[in-house]
Amino acid sequence: MKSPRVYQTEAVIIKRIKLGEADRILTLYTPDYGKLKAIAKGTYRPKSKLGGHVELLTHSKLLVAKGRNLDIITQAETINSFITIKDDLDRMSRGLYMLELIDSITEENIKNPQLFDLLVNSLCQLSQASKSDTVLRYFELHLLDYVGYRPQLQQCVNCGASLSPITNRFSPSEGGVLCVNCSDMEQIARPISLNALKVLRMWQKCDFSAASLININAELSQELEQIMREYISYMLEKQVKSTSWLDKLK
Amino acid sequence: MDFTSTAEPIARLIEEFNKLPGIGPKSAQRLTYHLLQAPFEKAEALANAIISIKQGLCLCSTCFNITDSTQCIICSNDERDNTKICIVEESADILPLERTKKYNGLYHVLHGVISPSEGIGPEDLKIEELLTRLRSGLINEVILATNPNTEGEATAMYLQRLIAPLNIRVTRLARGLPFGADLEYADDVTLSRALEGRQEL
Repeated sequence: MKSPRVYQTEAVIIKRIKLGEADRILTLYTPDYGKLKAIAKGTYRPKSKLGGHVELLTHSKLLVAKGRNLDIITQAETINSFITIKDDLDRMSRGLYMLELIDSITEENIKNPQLFDLLVNSLCQLSQASKSDTVLRYFELHLLDYVGYRPQLQQCVNCGASLSPITNRFSPSEGGVLCVNCSDMEQIARPISLNALKVLRMWQKCDFSAASLININAELSQELEQIMREYISYMLEKQVKSTSWLDKLK
Repeated sequence: MDFTSTAEPIARLIEEFNKLPGIGPKSAQRLTYHLLQAPFEKAEALANAIISIKQGLCLCSTCFNITDSTQCIICSNDERDNTKICIVEESADILPLERTKKYNGLYHVLHGVISPSEGIGPEDLKIEELLTRLRSGLINEVILATNPNTEGEATAMYLQRLIAPLNIRVTRLARGLPFGADLEYADDVTLSRALEGRQEL
């Protein structure tokens, strides 16, 4: 069967690059097609009909026409513009970090509706919740889960032994926590406090509303951020660029 | 395109025009043949104009606009209001603002915009220089005229945060509906800004 020449999809706009005089190439994250690139024509013109509907950090409904190379967006309507994220520098920066993360971790044209829902829900949480760091950690943890890099936190990732309630070590290269006996085998493993391990374990299992009930002090928050950051940059084999901007805002 | 049947200088000019943004092979050909038929002085004027933008241009030492001397025309003009600074992303943004003839203050060109995912931070822009200008004490208003998109807003909010302790009035260009637009196609952000910024008739 020939595929239709136009199709409709929801999408979150995760990246934009300039193309020629007034056009942009957008990177979209969609429920049915995964990550997708498409052209939005004329978005630099003030009277563009697409303009604000295809801004970064916007959840929109799009009509897309199949192109020879890249598909072309012909109509767009905003579903959620997340205006409270865009009105606040800290929230916006965290939102941009989420977009960069999902862009670097996913491949094009791999359908992953769970991931799309996670992204939209996390953006919704970010636009409401006061605990924006919890939103980020929860997003990172479940993102890793959905792309197949779920960290092993329940038992030793090397020997499978149960973990004793002490400060264990987290190994980015093994993808999980090492027990006392195995912790020497890995040089770059970093310590993970009992509290950090408990919080991550719980977040891995619960939904966001339960996750946000936990109060996390500044020290623990810092530790969780470091653990996730080290694991993610090990997997991507690069730093997520937005992290240095997030650090600057602290 | 096959240029074997054309004289080499013509082929070369067509190719050069073709490299410019928005000019395809056909337009390049048309421009080339137009110049071929134009009087010598016209072609020379164009050639000289092109050369002169690449030679002897530098950045204004105060506002970082592009200029041919140490101070740009705007900074060295005594009749302009030197208590106001309008902050723009690129030199090209000054031109449309000047065309309105509504603004008589000074400018500051950032030469870019904060873009976390491309690794462009405040240290890559002319922000330190701006703060030095503001600390001189002459300025009483800063107008943020970065583009109304995500990066432009981030930059504006960041600057606002930096300037706030200096006790200087910070304003942002109004965001709303462009003249000649249609409500039906307006997005939520634009419309809510337009509502917030509505004015008495």
